[in-house]
Amino acid sequence: MSGFLLRRAFSSVIVIFCVISITFVLARITKGGPFDREKEPPAHIKEVLLTRYKLNGTLWEQYTAYAGSLLCFDLGLSTRYRDWRVSELLRQKLPASFALGTLAFLIATTVGVMLGTLAAMRKDTWLDRAAMSGALLCISIPSFISGPFLIAVAALWLGWLPAGGWGTAQQMILPALCLAAPYIAYIARLMRNSLLDVMKSDFLRAARAKGLSETQVVVKHAAKVAILPVVTFLGPLAAHLLTGSMIVESVFNISGAGMVFVNSIQNRDVFLLGGAVIVYCVLLVLFNLLVDVIYTLLDKRIQLHA
Amino acid sequence: MAAPGGWQILRRNHTAMAALWFLVGLSLIVIVVPVLLPEALKTTSSASFAPPSARHLLGTDVNGQDMLFRVLAGARVSLGVGLAGALISLVIGTFYGMVSGYAGGRVDAFMMRTIEVLQSVPRILFIMILIAALDDHVKEWIDGWRLAAQQHDSQRIAAGMSGLKACSKVLVMVVSLGLVEWTAMARIVRGQVLVLREMTFVTASKAMGQGSWGVLRRHLLPNLGTIILTCLTLTIPAVILDESVLSFLGLGIEDPAASWGSLLKDGAQVINPLESKWWLLVFPALLMSASLLALNFLGDGLRDLFDPKDKG
Repeated sequence: MSGFLLRRAFSSVIVIFCVISITFVLARITKGGPFDREKEPPAHIKEVLLTRYKLNGTLWEQYTAYAGSLLCFDLGLSTRYRDWRVSELLRQKLPASFALGTLAFLIATTVGVMLGTLAAMRKDTWLDRAAMSGALLCISIPSFISGPFLIAVAALWLGWLPAGGWGTAQQMILPALCLAAPYIAYIARLMRNSLLDVMKSDFLRAARAKGLSETQVVVKHAAKVAILPVVTFLGPLAAHLLTGSMIVESVFNISGAGMVFVNSIQNRDVFLLGGAVIVYCVLLVLFNLLVDVIYTLLDKRIQLHA
Repeated sequence: MAAPGGWQILRRNHTAMAALWFLVGLSLIVIVVPVLLPEALKTTSSASFAPPSARHLLGTDVNGQDMLFRVLAGARVSLGVGLAGALISLVIGTFYGMVSGYAGGRVDAFMMRTIEVLQSVPRILFIMILIAALDDHVKEWIDGWRLAAQQHDSQRIAAGMSGLKACSKVLVMVVSLGLVEWTAMARIVRGQVLVLREMTFVTASKAMGQGSWGVLRRHLLPNLGTIILTCLTLTIPAVILDESVLSFLGLGIEDPAASWGSLLKDGAQVINPLESKWWLLVFPALLMSASLLALNFLGDGLRDLFDPKDKG
């Protein structure tokens, strides 16, 4: 196990390093620098600014300067929001995104697993068909359609919940639902198909033979095995929820990390962009690692050796 | 491998067939109707935010442009980008997957590790960065060609280049989407090639002196047809979604061109409790959801057809 963790940690560092390098190079070969405005600043001022942020010289010099500061766990300064460190900006914006993502994650997993189990247990009934058609519908409706729709119905028409903003519990419900909807559907489909596969196995016949009710068979024995593909999906899901949130954030007017990312591309804010990419990458890698570990705990047959 | 009478089996899946006819019909409408609409509807007018009426069936937008025309033109762009992006990812993915699966051993291991690295990159973020990085370079490049063509007095090429410049953003988007979306396809193709290459007909053709490329092209590629088709059907909605997300965030298709994403962005911006301009949101949303639903139904139907194990 510890050997596995070590090797994975090593390869994760390489992955993150590659991603950062590609991001930095792409951001710097993009036309238009971070200090280009509609009114072009005088050349010598631009030069001073670029020097201050270590963005002059050849691409290689800029890159090594950035990589060097990253090695000292320094994400650098934002070129757009003067006097702000990237780490300060992220610390301010990330909590909202994390809260939203976590809430959506919990909704997606619990509702998805329950819906999928129910559909599998009532296979080929109206319930199954309704749940699966609903799931496909949820997958096909992107969050920037369901978002305004939810706002129009729940906030403007019925007046139950606030239309936007962030902070109170009521304000979290709509965006979390909107963010979770497609993933509820993915998980429900995965869970249903995998449960149907598992239901055919021999050990369930044994469970039925000893007199357990069908519900007990499913909940106590089958679901434990059937949930494995869902667990695999959770790693990428966690990352999707954190990256996909930029749409939901923009629809519900939440000041989170998603918009920081979009703006940093438009403002050519290299270091802020790099910082956001690092956060997303680290999260993705961590969640994937976590999923692998959980996998072995759930299924004792799986041995970890990377 | 084409299941005998695959078409007949698909025809029995009513939902998938309905989805297929819907898509065929939509494509025809999207291609034909915008041409037939009167020219007056295609330009801006003073009737801004007019609700649906006999003259403007779906109302007008902020610039007084007819929404029917906008929605159909947007559908053309969205579906086109989806198809083109999916095709690019199909070519890359198929080629990559075939080489990886057929080569096997270390080459395969290396190519699969590379895919894992690419898949651990947040996709939509990378598309954004790629588009930002490529866009201006491509514009400049096209301009360079146009100037060169003008100097050599070839009006046709110069005109073509300025036309190309107008849609350079779409071009860049299609390429970026294609460059990012191919990894899932490559994995599936590779898995299939691993199975196929152990089959006797491959051994036989190798024994008869067929080279690696020949085996790949003549024997493996035809057998991958159905799986590639299924992947393509499921990649198109994914690409359409990505495109609309970008356009919705203002990083994709820009005025005067339209796509479903950019139309929805314009619609979402004017939502307010006092005065609802519902037609700006409802029509693009309906058409987009219906199209994505049809594509997903069709893809699911195809997958069930060719992979009975995964029947859901």
